Formats: sequence, C-alpha cells, structure tokens
Amino acid sequence: MENIQIDGTPKTPTVTFSKDNGVLEIRGRSIPENSIEFYKPLIDWIEAYGKSPKGDTMVNIKLEYFNTSSSKCILDVFKKLETVSGTNMTINWYYEEDDEDMLEAGEDYQAIINIPFKMIEVAELD
Amino acid sequence: MLDIFDIYEKMERNNIMLSFKGTVTSELLTSILQIMESRLDTTDDSPKIKKKVFNVLVECLQNLYHHIDEVDELDGPFSSKSAIFMMAKNGDDYIIMTGNFILNQNVNGLRDKLDAINAMDREQLKEYYKSVLNNGTMSAKGGGGLGMIDIARKSGQKLEYAFQPVDSDNSFFSLNVKVTPNV
Repeated sequence: MENIQIDGTPKTPTVTFSKDNGVLEIRGRSIPENSIEFYKPLIDWIEAYGKSPKGDTMVNIKLEYFNTSSSKCILDVFKKLETVSGTNMTINWYYEEDDEDMLEAGEDYQAIINIPFKMIEVAELD
Repeated sequence: MLDIFDIYEKMERNNIMLSFKGTVTSELLTSILQIMESRLDTTDDSPKIKKKVFNVLVECLQNLYHHIDEVDELDGPFSSKSAIFMMAKNGDDYIIMTGNFILNQNVNGLRDKLDAINAMDREQLKEYYKSVLNNGTMSAKGGGGLGMIDIARKSGQKLEYAFQPVDSDNSFFSLNVKVTPNV
C-alpha cells in the first residue's frame, strides 16, 4: 500500500495520506461537477488502511470551498473512516474566522458521523 | 439588424457584471468561475460575502451543467442545450440569474421542491440538508439533489423562480438568487 499525494487543481483539492503516521489531509477546494471519480480512490485507500491502521489516525480537513457534489463524497469518506477500528481517530475541521458556512458544514457532518470532531478556527487556511 | 446597443443598454441599466448564453461545459464553468473570482477579489466586500457569492455561483452554474442534457429538442428558434447565466451587482447585493430548458413533466416536481424550500426557516433547511445528504442518492453526473437547498441556506433568501412554457413538451426555468451582506 502506497502513500497518497494528489496535487490540487482549480476544482479539486490536494490530498495527502501517509500510512506511516496515519495522517489524512484534504485541503484547497473541492468543486468538480462530478466528484465521484475524484473521491473513489481515496475511499479504496481508506479501506486498505483499515486492515492495519496506526494507533492514532488524524484527519485534517482544510477546505476553502466545496460544492454539494463533493459534500456527498466527503460524507462517504467519513463513513468509510468510521469503519476503521483499532485506532484513535480525530477529525480536525478547519475553517477561516467569520466563515460560518464552513463551520456549519462541519457541524452537519459531526451530527451524522460517529468520530470525534474538533472545530479549529484559523485566520487563514494554508 | 440586431440592435446590440439595445442589449448593451439593458445590461448596463441592470448592472450586469458578466453574462453568458450557450452550451454549458465543464471547461466553460472553470473559466467563468476564474473570472468571477478575480472580479470578486477586486471588490471591497468582506471575505465572508465573497465566499458566499462564490459558493452560490458554483451551485447555480453546476445546476445548469447537471440538467443541460435533459431536454432533447425544442420547437422554434431555441437550442435545447443552451442556457443563460447573468450576474449583477445592485449596491451591496449580488444577483445571480440562470435560465435553462426543462421538460414540462419535471416542472411540478421542481416547483414543489422550491416551494418546500422557500417555506422553511434556517433550522428546517439545515435539517433538510442533512437528511438529503445522509439518505439521498447521486445522479450519474454527480448531482446530489442538494444544490437548491444549499443555495437557499447560504444566500439566506427565498429562491425566486419562474417557468415559461416554450412548446408542448418544454418550459424555460428561470432562477434568481440574491446574495446580500444585509441579512
């Protein structure tokens, strides 16, 4: 199983997933018309990771924008993460100060997904 | 001869920032979004309102993209794959306008959905969004039935719409969305 390193484009996010330290990060923007294709490999990767996860798994979501097509896929990513057992998992949901829409979006997922969420306000997303 | 000055004057009077009519492709949306993002960057609006406008714009344009193939053929001068998009700025308010063709058989369903969304308050919209997010299915083109709910939620405004019959099978659907800092 390989680490993931997908570079961002104007419509898709940068994704990194390291099997050695158990950190998954999605950052940038996710606004493709059809996001299924983009997220499918990531979901498969999580499935493989679930077979021998690290003791701690950290998920960092640092999205500036995402569209409703992505919102379903992001939920699928979280649902797949939910199935990974034997690891301490936290989802860090980053949002820029004053971006109430992004905070609320995180809270929507928090209400559905059974993994601890941490809402992290930053001045600007890197 | 087509009076282009007349069209120009109407657009000027209505404070149109950008308009497009034609076939909506993924590449076109990328270009429009790039142009609008750099225009938004040059304004004095708050980052919060810029983000809202950009988000709503993405959903409005992708709605056009996801539904462009539904109508096959039209009577008269219309091209079924054609849609229109305009963006205006009136004072502090941004107005996003789209128009596309829709099968008459789908009009009532869409009308009911929009009326239901317009009848909801903030909290109800949030619950509705979560239930469609968690239980809905996705179309082959990647539409998830969340676009209109998201537009209503982020704009905080009622969705203004109209259906104009164009022939026995089809209508033209117009949607006007206002994004205002003064909510």
